[in-house]
Amino acid sequence: MSSFLQMGGYAAYVWPAYGITLLVLVLNIWSARRDHRRKLDRVRLSASREETSKRPTVRRLG
Amino acid sequence: MKLPRWFHRFGSPPYVYALAGTLGPWIGGIAVVLIAAGTFGGLVLAPPDYLQGDSFRIIYIHVPSAYISMMAYVILAVAAAIGFIWHLKLAHAVAVSIAPIGASFTFLALATGAIWGKPTWGTFWQWTDPRMMFELLLLFLYLGYMALRAAFEDRDKADRVSAILGVVGVVNVPIIHYSVIWWNSLHQGPTISRLDGPTITMDMLAPLLIMIVGFTFCFAWLLLSRLQGEIVEREYAARWLRELVGESR
Repeated sequence: MSSFLQMGGYAAYVWPAYGITLLVLVLNIWSARRDHRRKLDRVRLSASREETSKRPTVRRLG
Repeated sequence: MKLPRWFHRFGSPPYVYALAGTLGPWIGGIAVVLIAAGTFGGLVLAPPDYLQGDSFRIIYIHVPSAYISMMAYVILAVAAAIGFIWHLKLAHAVAVSIAPIGASFTFLALATGAIWGKPTWGTFWQWTDPRMMFELLLLFLYLGYMALRAAFEDRDKADRVSAILGVVGVVNVPIIHYSVIWWNSLHQGPTISRLDGPTITMDMLAPLLIMIVGFTFCFAWLLLSRLQGEIVEREYAARWLRELVGESR
């Protein structure tokens, strides 16, 4: 196991390369999903606003 | 020129949005399995290179990233051209969705290449290596495409102007690909796509091919996910979308 981690003396190159790859892939997935969710939220928000504005306004008298 | 009839369904935002939502998780699942298998094959099963030792294992992430960075740009350019010629908004949406993904894979290709270059060539970076320079140019093309879009208030205008940049920039892709044949440089010549067959043994090649396919699925997954977001943005006021968010509340 430790010889595997040492990567024949190239551990300082192999592991950072794989680490950065994992990071970029995960960030990609995360940011794509977050972007999609945020845009849906915006639609949801504006849809609910329109609904409330359609309701008849109740005016207090006096 | 008339488009085939089946093509028109791909011009329908609700259809494409739903299709992307259905296909996405499957494609993502396949991507995760393939990348996990390819990583295991590349780090554990493949023998060390007789010349480069274990440092060559960076090949299993460097080559797929570089491949995706170029393939993504070709798709961006084709989508931008379709959008420009046939005024297909969804094609522009595809191009827009690709740009940040493509930029990230280009960054990855440059970063893993630099890390590999240090023990192999003795340097992280070489300004005179053509392939490195044109890959860097590819990164700037992606970033330029995004910056150009951001400069326009009007989306239709942004679509049309950025499409021109996208299409013109595609000449860079074959230059990257053939750079190692046209110029002598630090990068090695072709190993896999040779007329006389690959010059790499099967136990080293198989994980690489699995990784390339896995990265391709990963790219498709990311593209579908971003495309969904882009469709929501463009269809902001559409009734189908209002109904969709109303249902899911």
